[in-house]
Amino acid sequence: MFIAPAAVLLGAIVVYPAVATVALSLFDRDTRNFVGADNYRALFGTADILVAIRNNAIWVIVFPFLVTFIGLVFAVLTERIRWATAFKTVVFMPMAISLFATGIIWRIVYETDPHRGVINAAVSTIVDAVHQPGLYALPNIKPISGLTAGADGSMVSAASVQPGSALLLGLTGIPLSGVPPAAQDAQPGTPAANAVSGVVWRDFSPGGHVGVIDPGEKGLPGMRLNLVAADGHVAATTTTTNNGGFRFDNAAGGSYRVAIDGANFRPGFGGVNWLGVQSLTPVSGLGSTGQALLTIPLIDIATIVAMLWMWSGFAMVVIGAGLAALNREVLEAARMDGASELQTFRHVTFPLLRPVLIVVIITMVINVLKIFDIILALAPDSSQQQANVLALEMWRVGFTGSQDHGLSSAIAVFLFLLVIPVIFVNIRRIRG
Amino acid sequence: MSVAAVPARITPAAPRTARLRRVFGRSSVNVVLVVIGVLWLVPSLGLLVTSFRPAQDYFVSGWWNALIHPFVLTVENYRNILHTGNIGDALLTTAVITVPSTLLVVLIASLAAYALVFLEWRGRDWVLVLIVALMVVPLQMALLPVASLYKYLGLFATIPGVILYHVAFGLPFAIFLMRNFYTGIPRDLLEAARIDGANEWMMFRRIVLPLGKPALASLAIFEFLWVWNDLLVSLVLLGGNPHVPITVSIFNQLRQFGANIDLISTASFVSMIIPLAVFFAFQRSFVRGVLAGAVK
Repeated sequence: MFIAPAAVLLGAIVVYPAVATVALSLFDRDTRNFVGADNYRALFGTADILVAIRNNAIWVIVFPFLVTFIGLVFAVLTERIRWATAFKTVVFMPMAISLFATGIIWRIVYETDPHRGVINAAVSTIVDAVHQPGLYALPNIKPISGLTAGADGSMVSAASVQPGSALLLGLTGIPLSGVPPAAQDAQPGTPAANAVSGVVWRDFSPGGHVGVIDPGEKGLPGMRLNLVAADGHVAATTTTTNNGGFRFDNAAGGSYRVAIDGANFRPGFGGVNWLGVQSLTPVSGLGSTGQALLTIPLIDIATIVAMLWMWSGFAMVVIGAGLAALNREVLEAARMDGASELQTFRHVTFPLLRPVLIVVIITMVINVLKIFDIILALAPDSSQQQANVLALEMWRVGFTGSQDHGLSSAIAVFLFLLVIPVIFVNIRRIRG
Repeated sequence: MSVAAVPARITPAAPRTARLRRVFGRSSVNVVLVVIGVLWLVPSLGLLVTSFRPAQDYFVSGWWNALIHPFVLTVENYRNILHTGNIGDALLTTAVITVPSTLLVVLIASLAAYALVFLEWRGRDWVLVLIVALMVVPLQMALLPVASLYKYLGLFATIPGVILYHVAFGLPFAIFLMRNFYTGIPRDLLEAARIDGANEWMMFRRIVLPLGKPALASLAIFEFLWVWNDLLVSLVLLGGNPHVPITVSIFNQLRQFGANIDLISTASFVSMIIPLAVFFAFQRSFVRGVLAGAVK
């Protein structure tokens, strides 16, 4: 009989094992003792698994609609474009790639260091343009002579001075590569009776003395300085010259301190750890389980974006075919009646397209309930717990570590229960 | 033509602005699509370029620097994995799993679909319902019992075991797809052949199978990509076998992501070459399969 091979295989490898899994889910980890619903209780009582369920819920709620929306936009945009095929090929292509390779591809995209990860590189270009990093954004830079650390990362002269005197402000912890190439040997600005002058320099040389400008020690050019009056207000600002020298001219009588502005040391954009567990929903004051559940980590978003990259092409192609199959006359009629493009779309195209959109959404729901490989490839060990999903947890519980077959089966059954509604929808579709 | 039909209500200047707006609108759509297209290519390009860079460069600068003068690219990584790694063996294992799985699914599903469409038997509709139901059963539902079953039968950690699992889980969708296609074949064709004295087997081979070629091609591509790209089934059912497919092989390297980026990126790209080649060569069939499977 024609159906026999299929029946044997489906019976032995799909139907019988699926039933067996239901049975196993009622037994303990070694499948020896009957434990009733204990595994299902554990399912909803273990923080790790609850996080997995939470993540699956996020996936199911967010992903199908997002991907359908993007697919719809792409399909509409490409409808009357001549080179649509090329665009479609490019967007559709990731579907041929394994989820696992997609995870690796995006892991390179998401690298935290802006010098390595392309997204952080783009973000840093913008952030640093708006919020310029200091000329001396060096991790170990610190005051060593004539200076103390001030507020906002600034450094303030230890001594108060009157106009006419000079200050030697020494810094250390600057590698030679951190000294601007234009720097010349340190040389205080020429003193004047009504001016506060001095030098900011790299107070370090082999065999040199702290607080003394030894031969060969370089000035630090381009350092932004504030002249701070006794009452704390900034009386004047200036910038050091190539030899580190500075002079605040025309200072009124009184006592002043010179502050090196914190902006000189402000670090550049360090990159966002997209694959980390930072919460998008800052919560506190809950129990540890509640905390874990309400902490939606950044990696969830990162993974969803990678999946959108992979599946938007599918949505676009299916919806595009739906659009092409629409009855042109109905659309023309709507336009003839004076409906604008947007109105035509909302009141004619969209309702006609609904069955297709529902198909895409259902397909994607099934799809994301089972996601596994991409999380395994994309989430570093440090955030895998927070990015966990049911299919991954099922594998971890059943096949790694302690190998709890009962609990693992219960997770599989739970996953199956979630797709049962889809079965009925599908059956209704083929019947209708 | 609809535009020509309305101008009665519009002032003479309006058609020109409308045309301008359309041209402008379309060119901005073009720009948007070009930007999106480029964005879509960047991630894959990143992997491709990374796989051609010296490993230590990964820590120093972004891959895009390799595209700016001076071009520091090398085929060293590829030479390395060919000589030292087990990527060649892994690729072969992947092929040894994928090709038979694909052929078996196509063959068994087209037979079953024939029975569902052209043969009259009791319970046929219920079997169809069952198959539609099985289509969405998660792979995970059967892993543990099948692993035990395989251990009992001596199929655990063997390639045939993995193939059978892929075939079984590929069948519901495959049968559904083929059935949808077969229902479009006119029954008169078969009736005529039957009157001429052809038996079912001859009709299957001479009429239905040749007519079903486009659907078979779509199905074969689908199945090929699924099995080629699988990680979970091999990870679980091949436990302990020294010959693993390329996805598992890369997975085993993943703990040191970064440290061995040269190996991971190169192997990942190698693993993608054949699916991409299949995709580009048979894009039409692939799209047809997507539509047939999704829309019906």
